[in-house]
Amino acid sequence: MGIVNALRRLSPDSRNTLVAVLTGLVAAYIAYGIWDFKATAVLGFMVRYSTPLALAAMCGILCERSGVVNIGIEGQMLVGAFVAFFGATWAGIVFGVVAGVVVGALLGAFLAVCAVSWRINQIIAGTVINILAAGVTSFFYRQGRTMKGSMPTWEIPLLKDIPLLGKVFFQNQPLTYLTFAIVIVLQVMLFRTPWGLRTRAVGEHPSAADTVGVNVSLYRYGNVAAGGALAGLAGALLSVEATGTFERGMTSGRGFLALAIMIMGRWRPSLAWAAALFFGLLNGLVNQLNFERVIDVPPQFIGMLPYVLTIVVLATFAGRVRAPAASGQPYTKE
Amino acid sequence: MVSDRIDHDAAAGGTAELLLEARGITKRFPGVVANADVSLQLHRGEILALLGENGAGKSTLVKMLFGLYRPDEGEIRIKGEPVTLRSPKDAISRGIGMVHQHFQLVPVMTVAENVVLGAEPCRGRFIDQRRAAAEVRKLSERYGLAVDPAATVEDLPVGTQQRVEIIKALFRGAEILILDEPTAVLTPQETDELLQIMRELAARGVGIIFITHKLREVMAVADRVEVLRGGRVVGSAVPSRTDEAGLASMMVGRTVVLRVDKTPAQPGAVMLRVRSLQVDDDRHQRAVRGLDLEVRAGEIVGVAGVQGNGQRELVEAICGMRPIRSGTVEVDGRDTTSMNAKAVNGLGVAHIPEDREKHGLVGSYTIADDLVLNRFDEEPFARHGLRDFTAIDKQAEQLVQRFDVRTPNIHTETNALSGGNKQKVIVARELSYDAKLVVAAQPTRGVDVGSIEFIHRQLVAERDRGAAVLVVSAELDEILGLSDRVAVMSEGRIVAMLPIEEADRDRIGLLMAGGA
Repeated sequence: MGIVNALRRLSPDSRNTLVAVLTGLVAAYIAYGIWDFKATAVLGFMVRYSTPLALAAMCGILCERSGVVNIGIEGQMLVGAFVAFFGATWAGIVFGVVAGVVVGALLGAFLAVCAVSWRINQIIAGTVINILAAGVTSFFYRQGRTMKGSMPTWEIPLLKDIPLLGKVFFQNQPLTYLTFAIVIVLQVMLFRTPWGLRTRAVGEHPSAADTVGVNVSLYRYGNVAAGGALAGLAGALLSVEATGTFERGMTSGRGFLALAIMIMGRWRPSLAWAAALFFGLLNGLVNQLNFERVIDVPPQFIGMLPYVLTIVVLATFAGRVRAPAASGQPYTKE
Repeated sequence: MVSDRIDHDAAAGGTAELLLEARGITKRFPGVVANADVSLQLHRGEILALLGENGAGKSTLVKMLFGLYRPDEGEIRIKGEPVTLRSPKDAISRGIGMVHQHFQLVPVMTVAENVVLGAEPCRGRFIDQRRAAAEVRKLSERYGLAVDPAATVEDLPVGTQQRVEIIKALFRGAEILILDEPTAVLTPQETDELLQIMRELAARGVGIIFITHKLREVMAVADRVEVLRGGRVVGSAVPSRTDEAGLASMMVGRTVVLRVDKTPAQPGAVMLRVRSLQVDDDRHQRAVRGLDLEVRAGEIVGVAGVQGNGQRELVEAICGMRPIRSGTVEVDGRDTTSMNAKAVNGLGVAHIPEDREKHGLVGSYTIADDLVLNRFDEEPFARHGLRDFTAIDKQAEQLVQRFDVRTPNIHTETNALSGGNKQKVIVARELSYDAKLVVAAQPTRGVDVGSIEFIHRQLVAERDRGAAVLVVSAELDEILGLSDRVAVMSEGRIVAMLPIEEADRDRIGLLMAGGA
């Protein structure tokens, strides 16, 4: 009875999330019971695929919650991946990751200058970043480099021994854990702290924030730069941690996918993470089915899947969910 | 955060503590002097009304008092101490609160979140939600400002949102409260409640500066009035020792006829017949829900109602600007239900639109062009597919003169005109072709008192010529002054149709609010 009452007190959002998580877990364990190895593989793929997406979606959330549309996530990730990799070949992986994050933050700050100070159309400013990133990373790309060192895999004691989940969630590499932490911290900060309240106010109704003494420009600068740092980290995760290499255009649209995930997650960190995991799960399933020749389609179609999914998600959600009201609009004091 | 500085026993009047003083304030903008040598004083527990027409400099003045602008000359003193207010933050920290004309509330957040924004009570690093709610409840009880801290702002009626704004200011310790045209968006009942709240706040020691151009409210609530005209203080008065006409003349600078002079109507044939009309708003919600209305030639029917009860959709449906879901509209016996705006206009329906910048004018055109905006392709303004500028200019010269449009010449960009003169351009155009039906939506919104008087006379003249006139207005005084019959609109229907003799303010107010 006590549990039922506690459930009733939850907000509809949390209740739905709880139901979804429980259903997912039950389904996962049934699958695990039947095909243990394959289920582990699919869920492992889900986490690996979703982590950079979730991180990039956090970038989108930080920016849009404070009223700036960041369509340049793709470019920020790509530059982050590039700088992190070549940093890692030169001075080790820690240096590489830090360098990727810093450069991502700088690109974020550049977007902030364009969007906040110069009041340039934010879509155009973001597109400039994307084009710049593609050009610069291709131009300076050199083949045949190898990183000094590689990302270790950390196993979390005790937790790693949980059947299925232990292998999927608690035997990962450092930046993956960092992403889990970032999502949780961001969720709490956005909805429980003064910073979060002000950030959301700045993104919904900047003049309301301004008239009570909240510095709108400062919040936008800070959040967009921090968002850029997260996009840079997402890029570093792709190159230094996930693949151990850099290729031209290696982000292949993940920055845009992240925006779709942000929308699907209704600009909430935890929901966006769930959306990213869902994307990862679908891709993992199709990959596995294809691998086993259950479905036999050319690999090009498999490669299309993320983008098709994005279109479906946007078509389904975009009109129904409510974006932060001031997102994309420059703020001018009267 | 709640200030206990407010002295509950402070007495209003000349002996009370001086809270705020402005001395010789001057503010210039490129090309205009918005305020010239303005001085005023506000005491504890006092309600000071700033009265003036649009452009008189009231808003500029209070924006300086709230730190949004900096004065070029002069000095602001708070409790005798000279201060420099660089931002609203400075003003707030010195005990000044402002309720803006456009509410500064985040619609998707709760009342408590809006109140504490920028000054959040915390437990550790986190916002203390419980204390935030408790603070709101405490203030709402102390000052009789009923509001639920957990409610989401966008779900609240406008009057309640305004209370949230007041609580927001009090929460920050405001002892000086600036209200910028607070009654513009309220129903008559909500207005009365607000005036009551203002008295309560003043009795508890808050000093209130109250901007308005509504004389009735000044008479009802103010302890003192400062009248502004052309950026200067042109007079001070105590309401009990003056009357509305006296204040109006001071405000305009000449004697103003507040009452619209007109003879009894002589209604003729039905010119507009609306039957069981259903129309949707922009969000595809039903806004007009089965409305019936008749307007006869030679009468003025006024539609009273709180904004957002389907008036705009009604007007746009009549004028062919909005698709009609069901029901019919007839103009002079012809079914116009599925006609577009051009066709309806061609039948002799003049429309003075609510949003003059969006639907009334092309601001970047010249006055001459704007004056033929819906006749440009007809004789005599066009011949053989070419425009006839001689005829256009002649028409423009005549109309500018007849309707007293203050402009350097007829080839000036309409954008360069003041709001009142822009409105006169629209009125001039729409009343220039002897329409059968004149639909006037908010015909005097944002227009100065002198122009209001003029536009009202023109509408009455149209009626006397034999046109049917439908006036929609949020200003109850305008409806009561102009109409021969008053239609009260609520939730998409006409809930009452009263002859003007039976239309009194209180009864209409109740009907507007949906009461019986």
